[in-house]
Amino acid sequence: MKQQTTFSAISCYHCGEDVRGVDFSVDQKHFCCAGCMGVYQILSANKMCSYYAYNENPGKRLNSTSHFEYLDEPTIEKKLVDYKDETNAIVTFYIPAIHCSSCIWLLEHLYKINSAIYSSRIDFLKKEVTVSYKHKAVSLKGVVEILAQIGYEPSISLQDVVRENSHSVNKSLILKIAVAGFCMGNVMLFSFPEYFGLSGLERQFQALFGWLNLAFCMPVVFYCAKDYFTSAITSLKHGHVNLDTPLALIISVLFLRTIVSVLFTNEPGFADTLTGLVFLLLMGKWVKQRTYHHISFDRDYRSYFPIAVTTLVDGKEQPKAISELTIGDRLWIRNGELVPADSILMRGDAWMDMSFVTGETEPQQKVLGEIIYAGGKQMGEGIEIEVVKNASQSYLTSLWNKDHYVNHFKQNFNDSVAKYFSMAVFVIAFSAMGYWYLMNDASKAWLAFTAVIIVACPCVLALSTPFTLSAILAVFDKKDFYVKNTDSLEALAKCTSIVFDKTGTLTTTENAKILFKGTLNPMEKMLIVSLLNHSSHPLSRQILKSLAIEQFYPISRYKEIPGKGIRGLVNQQMVYAGSPAILPFDIQPNQHHGVHIVINSAYKGTFIVEQQWRPKLGVLLSSLNKYFTLKVLSGDNNKDEKALKTFFPLSADLKFEQSPLQKLEEIKHQQQKGEQVMMLGDGLNDAGALKQSDFGIAVTDDVNNFTPGCDAILKGSSLDLLPNFFQMSKDGLKTIKISFVIASAYNCVGLYFAIQGTLYPLVAAVLMPISTITIISFTSIATRFFARKNNLL
Amino acid sequence: MNILYFLVGCSVLMALIFLGAFYWSLKNGQHDDVVTPGMRVLFDEEPVDEEQVES
Repeated sequence: MKQQTTFSAISCYHCGEDVRGVDFSVDQKHFCCAGCMGVYQILSANKMCSYYAYNENPGKRLNSTSHFEYLDEPTIEKKLVDYKDETNAIVTFYIPAIHCSSCIWLLEHLYKINSAIYSSRIDFLKKEVTVSYKHKAVSLKGVVEILAQIGYEPSISLQDVVRENSHSVNKSLILKIAVAGFCMGNVMLFSFPEYFGLSGLERQFQALFGWLNLAFCMPVVFYCAKDYFTSAITSLKHGHVNLDTPLALIISVLFLRTIVSVLFTNEPGFADTLTGLVFLLLMGKWVKQRTYHHISFDRDYRSYFPIAVTTLVDGKEQPKAISELTIGDRLWIRNGELVPADSILMRGDAWMDMSFVTGETEPQQKVLGEIIYAGGKQMGEGIEIEVVKNASQSYLTSLWNKDHYVNHFKQNFNDSVAKYFSMAVFVIAFSAMGYWYLMNDASKAWLAFTAVIIVACPCVLALSTPFTLSAILAVFDKKDFYVKNTDSLEALAKCTSIVFDKTGTLTTTENAKILFKGTLNPMEKMLIVSLLNHSSHPLSRQILKSLAIEQFYPISRYKEIPGKGIRGLVNQQMVYAGSPAILPFDIQPNQHHGVHIVINSAYKGTFIVEQQWRPKLGVLLSSLNKYFTLKVLSGDNNKDEKALKTFFPLSADLKFEQSPLQKLEEIKHQQQKGEQVMMLGDGLNDAGALKQSDFGIAVTDDVNNFTPGCDAILKGSSLDLLPNFFQMSKDGLKTIKISFVIASAYNCVGLYFAIQGTLYPLVAAVLMPISTITIISFTSIATRFFARKNNLL
Repeated sequence: MNILYFLVGCSVLMALIFLGAFYWSLKNGQHDDVVTPGMRVLFDEEPVDEEQVES
């Protein structure tokens, strides 16, 4: 602790990290590494130091070694750019590093670095920058390189190419709400005289107001409410009734009665009720569509995969789009790059980090001729591989393509109630009509029939669900639990069993403990620290932090072999640190994994990174055990079985060395037993299982990180709140049911008038908003109450 | 009271103009990003000198 305080006096001017060992300094400013200094130099050369004025240490440490040659390929460029003409081009990038106002300032002043970039605009929430540039003066590759140089490397993945446009849907809904609101306001205005009773003088305007009202109903029925009709017709065609069916019926009945009253009788119509109803329904729909801009739930392997890869054609490197890879292509995979398709190793020393595919954390060595599955990451020097399967058909990606997924039709509460509701309405409506026919009062029969349908409006159903659920969504989101949409929330409430992944879900990598197996004297510690200080590998940094020594020896003949380790001559002594592959001789390590240390020619021991269990895991699991059957599916080996057994109840099923496919099958098997399965996982290896489960939660320490497709994203630190989230979703469904009862009470009052055939339009026009206001205020109060009860507020 | 016919027409016309204005702003993308412009407005026109930044 002591050393940390003394050294925090010097922190990097760019990124704010402590300056350790080598102090890069320029213009009396200190930098932690050459990368940070480089960014500063570029910015100061372009007079852009305001970047540092808006926020302290706004930068992020650079550790990128990406290659962008593929961006010069015209086919790839064409897929990425939004627009291109003779002189100008526009491209949009997703840049994960955007985090503060300095970022906005810098990225919107790119023209100072290169005047060919004439405009750049940021969307802060989406972390996107839209760059317009003259493509004759600067290429797409040039633009990306400028961004990367100043520390804002765009993330370009395969998914960028197939960007789906969800925006236009939302826009058309907003426009519909605007039109409906506009019509509603005007209709209300023209209906007011009716409400207060017309004097003789005003009676001459009655016809005019009637016609105007009818005119305003037209766009509402035929434009705003169009979706309800199409949805009702399709669902009737398929032989079942959804909530839109009674709604469409009511809208058409209201419209018919308005036409009839304007054309034939001189009575006020139901235009106000009609426009108000449609407006409120659309509002409910809008609330339901509420989404998170900054989080993507539908990521699949494509956002993890690069867009292009380097191929070797006649010994020459040539970039090629992944979608164009064919069997037999030779690929050149550099350190840290991903194998995009199942391939055979042809040349080089392959150390594959398969953690995303299998969940195993240790890199595996592959021998020549061995198959490397897509999704593996090379941790070492470049290798040459030959593609044996297309990218879209490889082992990992097939998890998405195959028809693994039972297309379970998730019926929500609303649609299941809608059937009985419609039935009841029809029975009452027809019996009221029948009664008045028997009484020989045909006009009353028509009035009663239509009035029953109008009054029994299930609009409260259509509103209470989205309002309640989206209020719960807002509560969850404050606790870092992001649920994809309101429908998923209903699925959460119904879960009966939970399946956990181990690595990354039950454990956390954030504050991993570093242990040393062996003995070191202070002198040796200093030797190691001096060596590690030169490496930017995360493991070196972690060990350095744990040793907390701030004195260094000079070092020479330093060499870092990617994926293996580092060595160097420190104080006339040769120090090696890394995997057994870098050591000068074979050792009998006391631990298989970790960073082995050899000084001169003596094996000193091994640093091991011990993954920490998430805090409060025991409490969490014992409280979950009351409601759920628990299970663990881990891709890792069973070295942690003992520790897990102390957390989990005896009845829990712990399975190890599970492949992604086995995980998926296991979930399916459980579903066949009638369980509603909730799955918690983190990596690509859980992606299939997450998708198959009834409610898949991706657990992550940073919500902007890669997460596979899922129903919800949960920040690791909020994992212990899971029982509260579950209880809250259950309470939410309870709230919806209670509000349904309240709405029915209102409907009964309306029915009393309706059956008698004496429903005056004013009653309908007053009853509907009152019941709506009651319901919306009830749901929001109830949600707050339950949130408080569940300690979520 | 016949003036009401004219006034009703005016009110509908005005409302239509506002609806049209909203439609234009929606099409124009003014509602796409409501966060960044608020931050952008705080930036100074011309970048400040380095020395001033330091102090």
